[in-house]
Amino acid sequence: MQQSYDAIIIGGGHNGLTCAAYLAKGGEKDGANKLKVLVLERREKVGGAAMSEEKYPGFTYSTCSYVCSLLRPEIFRFLDLPRHGLQVIPYDINSAPNPEGEGIIYYNDHDRTRESLRRHSIRDAEAYDEYAMEISRHCRFIKRTLLMTPPDPTQLNPFVQNRINPWGHREDLDGLLRIGREFGRLGERHMYDMIRFWSMSVADFLDQYFETPRWKGLAAASSIIGTALGPYSPGTAYVLLHHYMGEVDGQIGAWGFARGGMGSVSKAIASAAEEAGVEIRVNAEVEKVIVKDGKAIGVALKSGEEIYGKSIVSNADPKRTYLKLIDKGDLDAIDPDIHRYAKNYKIRGSSGKLNIALDGLPQFAGLGPEAAYGTIDIGGDFDYIERAFDDYKYGSWSKRPFLDCVIPTTVDPTMSPPGKHFMSVFVQYVPYQLAEGPWTPEMKAQYEKDVLDTIELYAPGFRKLVLHVQCRTPWDIESEVGMTEGNIFHGELTLDQLLFNRPFPGMGQYRGPFDNFYMCGSGTHPGGGVMGAPGANAATEMLKDFKRGVVQ
Amino acid sequence: MTDIIVIGAGHNGLITAAYLAKAGLKVTVLEAAPQIGGAAVTREFVPGYKVSGVAHLLHGLHPTIARDLDLARHGLDLKAQPIATRSLLPGGRSFDASSIASISRADAEAYPAVMARLARMADALAAYALHTPPRPDIAKMDWREKLNLGKFAWSLRRLGRKDMLELTRILTMNVNDLANDYFESEAVRGLLCFEGVLGLALGPRSPSTVFNLLYRLSGLGANGQGGFLLPRGGMGSVSQALGKAAQSAGATIRTGAAIDHILIENDVAAGVVLSTGDEVRAARVVSNADPQRTALQLIGPRNLDTMFVSRIRHIRMNGCAAKIHLALDGLPEMLADARGRVVIAPKPDDIERAYDCAKYGRVSDQPALELTIPTLNDPSLAPAGKHVASIVAQYCPYRLRETAVNEARHQIGERSLAILEEVAPGLRQRVTAMEVLTPHDLEAQYGMTGGQWHHGEITLDQVLFLRPAGQAQNYRMPVPGVYLCGAGAHPGGNISGAPGYNAAREILKDVRAWRAA
Repeated sequence: MQQSYDAIIIGGGHNGLTCAAYLAKGGEKDGANKLKVLVLERREKVGGAAMSEEKYPGFTYSTCSYVCSLLRPEIFRFLDLPRHGLQVIPYDINSAPNPEGEGIIYYNDHDRTRESLRRHSIRDAEAYDEYAMEISRHCRFIKRTLLMTPPDPTQLNPFVQNRINPWGHREDLDGLLRIGREFGRLGERHMYDMIRFWSMSVADFLDQYFETPRWKGLAAASSIIGTALGPYSPGTAYVLLHHYMGEVDGQIGAWGFARGGMGSVSKAIASAAEEAGVEIRVNAEVEKVIVKDGKAIGVALKSGEEIYGKSIVSNADPKRTYLKLIDKGDLDAIDPDIHRYAKNYKIRGSSGKLNIALDGLPQFAGLGPEAAYGTIDIGGDFDYIERAFDDYKYGSWSKRPFLDCVIPTTVDPTMSPPGKHFMSVFVQYVPYQLAEGPWTPEMKAQYEKDVLDTIELYAPGFRKLVLHVQCRTPWDIESEVGMTEGNIFHGELTLDQLLFNRPFPGMGQYRGPFDNFYMCGSGTHPGGGVMGAPGANAATEMLKDFKRGVVQ
Repeated sequence: MTDIIVIGAGHNGLITAAYLAKAGLKVTVLEAAPQIGGAAVTREFVPGYKVSGVAHLLHGLHPTIARDLDLARHGLDLKAQPIATRSLLPGGRSFDASSIASISRADAEAYPAVMARLARMADALAAYALHTPPRPDIAKMDWREKLNLGKFAWSLRRLGRKDMLELTRILTMNVNDLANDYFESEAVRGLLCFEGVLGLALGPRSPSTVFNLLYRLSGLGANGQGGFLLPRGGMGSVSQALGKAAQSAGATIRTGAAIDHILIENDVAAGVVLSTGDEVRAARVVSNADPQRTALQLIGPRNLDTMFVSRIRHIRMNGCAAKIHLALDGLPEMLADARGRVVIAPKPDDIERAYDCAKYGRVSDQPALELTIPTLNDPSLAPAGKHVASIVAQYCPYRLRETAVNEARHQIGERSLAILEEVAPGLRQRVTAMEVLTPHDLEAQYGMTGGQWHHGEITLDQVLFLRPAGQAQNYRMPVPGVYLCGAGAHPGGNISGAPGYNAAREILKDVRAWRAA
């Protein structure tokens, strides 16, 4: 049977493309073992959820993901993305409007933030130093685990040999020891805080430091974005790190806009991949993964065409991969539990999006014009967010939703006509399916209205500026991008689905249940957020297997 | 002159006292209440009607302790048949472990295997119950800690790869997701969810509730009594047996002796000062009170460093369950032979909605209930032909917002009765007297801060070396000579006695070291 490719990657999202580029470059800079890679993308262009589209004449929308920070600098450098046209413009302000008084403003600059907190509470301003120190401790610890393959605690015997580790199983033990050493560096006192931090609710965590309700609400924002949990749910505290983990050209914790919208991130990675020799085919929807006696040998396209390769990589989310692309029979032949894992995998659509074309810059209550140059979090105290979550819990969108808004056109004029603006509104707590059943146009209209009314409340006069609205529910995002339930992280980022348990217990090392089958999407460690890390890590593991002749 | 003072004659205090006395130390137990037992007492709440004060079921008591202290000889009968749990559903339906098929055939098939698997995991975790939590810093562990930890790791590994991974997966999950993974029927899920949230200020959808489920299951396995027991004479009989054991070992017990504060001289424990003002001096003081009361009232913040004080202050102690006692002149036929434990939590979402109320500081509109009728097994608790019902009602938060305490007491009582009337018609007119204890009442009567019966919720951020707080997990308070032996220390509540057992071991270590020096 003809095998024209070393690796066939299903899906041209940012992780698929990153993985492809790494494989084609052979991992190492000198390119010792370059692979022949094919990327198959269902849609007419690559990018998946990192996409820029012109949905309204003259306006470029970042249709799904909207800000950029978590993309690992290692990848940025290794693929030399700036040369491929990626330019990230940092912004340094994150604010919460307040119709009843002065809004809250957070800056990247520590001292400016402390000063702006002082306007609300001296106690909070003083606590902020302690708080920032603890957060950065946690970040430093987490960062080191992002670009490593999560060790499997059940595989610690260094002498057990298997095909993947023909000379004895070392990585897992080494990995654990490495994490252990990092942990040891914290010193006993901080160890307690860190372990506690991992299982706490963000509300409990912030209550230890701060008193101003609206500031706590703003600070909690990043720990509930994209997750189907409320601020009072235990295990939300560590998701805070997603907000602080990132960096823009070396500036830790900074967030930025990709010039030309998030699509340019995918474009840059794609051009890096193609330069390395990757072949990208669009309008090529994969229907099935072809499995022959326990080995993945190729893919069958919707068109009926079959393409064979030495290895198959799925950039799709775990549920889609294991329930749609692979036959149950093939899974059960290996292990009947896998199908159950896939069925029980928590991948809840919990967020929607409104992309809005504006005739001018809105003015937010209690904030100066500078606010428009960063993220604006429309919410309130913990209760506000928790109530928004309560609506969601019982199968409805939040009547008073929590909104995470950006207006990239304030710093990137290329995305809209002069004087006009594009506003991206991320709506937290929108169910994939309503209690009454699937979304209807009327309900969607009502949901859109509720969101716009909420914005109007926090930015008086906003409605008059609206030129066009693209309203999207998790259901829309699924049918368009293909992420199951429209979950932006390819699966809840809860502790039960992290590290060696992501996506499924015992399959946390990017290898699928069959030989020659791999996962490289956000459904693998370390998860979503346009990080690129899953793609890069998957490539590293694959190259290992190629070197060791596991894949022939 | 006594060697050691134990503050509080709760079951843990008595166990510590008994072990220390057995080791030949002079021990004095000082109890504020007129009777011993703390939260495990049998009270006459209306003339002629007796009931177990707070805890009304015995399951966690560690067999090792029962054996060491020979509780059988001191009058505690642990031979009794464990009682079954029956879940009442609206419309006169109900089921227990043996009759799940009447609800769902698939669940009936799945149930035994699932519960067995969970029990296996719970037992593996419980292997650490009788050890002192290690320090997280391996470099600072002594060989004993390393050995225990190694044994623990091995007991986890022995589960097999699949189960070990499954344990790591579910440990932090919420019980509602777990129930959805395993069962199809709302009724069975509801029961599982109730077991997961009982004693917490969390709902079925709150992560970390599976851990509470496993914690409770661990008391039903080899590290507990193997099931729920209704001791003859109520829970008081457990405390009485422990008291006798302590006394026969040589410990002195003084009731009606309330402690004002712990006497500290040159930063070391020197004894205690009673509320009457008299001093009782001793080189070592063990507190059976909860961590917040111990640190913030008995020791006092001025004797502690600020970090420790803030850690103690932030222990979650928001008691969320009310205790309701009914005197009945007869039983409705739905409960006519409810010898077992009755749970009323028909759907996970019902519990979740009940929790939503508590979240915002209100009493649940429809609380979830656990009910026992001890008089069916032990008529001596009530006049002939009459009955007593002991009910745990969740949620009735300690942290109320708009509601006044008296209002809350009325609400939880009425709403619980309304629900009971639904599933067991005719109960209401059987009620001759009723007592409702909100978390505030429990705090006032039993001195448990926040009315939290575990002395601090059992959640992942408050167990092992985080219980009661980092760097105090080895039963020693920062002030030399002051110890903690209550449920606020590892492993926690459930009348397991393990904290008292572990505290005694640690104290003896110090005593020996001091003698050697």
